[in-house]
Amino acid sequence: MPALVRSTLRDALSVSLTVGAYGVAFGAASVAAGFSTLQTCLFSLLTFTGASQFAAVGVVASGGVVTSAIAAATMLGTRNALYAVQMAPLLQVRGARRVFAAHVTIDESTGVALSQASLGTSAMRQGFWLTGLGVYLFWNLFTLLGALGASALGNPASWGLDAAVPAAFLGLVWPRLETNFLRVVAGVSMVFALVVTPWLPAGLPIITTALVAVIFGWRAR
Amino acid sequence: MSTGSLWIVLLGTSLFCFVLKLLGHVVPERWFANARLQRINALIPISLLSALVVAQGLVTKTHVVVDHRLVGLFAALAALVARAPFPVVVVIAAVSSAVVYHWH
Repeated sequence: MPALVRSTLRDALSVSLTVGAYGVAFGAASVAAGFSTLQTCLFSLLTFTGASQFAAVGVVASGGVVTSAIAAATMLGTRNALYAVQMAPLLQVRGARRVFAAHVTIDESTGVALSQASLGTSAMRQGFWLTGLGVYLFWNLFTLLGALGASALGNPASWGLDAAVPAAFLGLVWPRLETNFLRVVAGVSMVFALVVTPWLPAGLPIITTALVAVIFGWRAR
Repeated sequence: MSTGSLWIVLLGTSLFCFVLKLLGHVVPERWFANARLQRINALIPISLLSALVVAQGLVTKTHVVVDHRLVGLFAALAALVARAPFPVVVVIAAVSSAVVYHWH
């Protein structure tokens, strides 16, 4: 094992703590949607990809059916497959280590790994593993805190939890809106979801909004 | 939703999300080389998260409803524009919405 690159460790730790703290919002949202504290913790332990977890409990909270919740979460999870494609040649792992690598292949581990490119392959690998495991640790810890906190609070509306959840989604999408094109996609998606709401069963407006992504992504720009 | 259904959501979501992660590690890179697929895939999170913002903030069952949550959402927007960190954004939304909820 090569020596730990200090700047990589620092990057991994700061990302792990910041992102892990989002787990409080997930834990609270999940309990508010009706999941037990145990189920909420299992979500973070087993699914471990924030946007998908938020989507699944979001669809449940809005009254959607099981398949809508799973479909929305799965669609949000497809980007992890593309991250994995980028990470596989870098990590070069087989067997059980590949299974672990897959489980921690998320936005942050991939992002930190790629951002260490100037420091070499070893730093990139460390960035991936340290961030993946660091986020895993803090994400799960904070999920538990959020779930316990929300369980203690009671009526979600009384504490603003029903507004905290859409605000969390807004906070998740906001940093992605880097260009005007992406802002248009976001705006059209919001309008589309609202327009189809009265016509479709609860939960379906969310997953049908993927159509907007298909339409805008169809042609090269 | 019943407890059984909640378990299915939890386990189904976990299974599919893990399979997707593993898939990328085991299949040949060219399977994902399609440019159109990559463009669409990059936009999916933006579309779905945007839809979730309005579905959670402006919808009750299958109706578009304007209530205390929208106040929280606008407060969150203001916080994001002011470059507040994520936890602050969420707390500001919760507090402003709760204030309107009680005052209303």
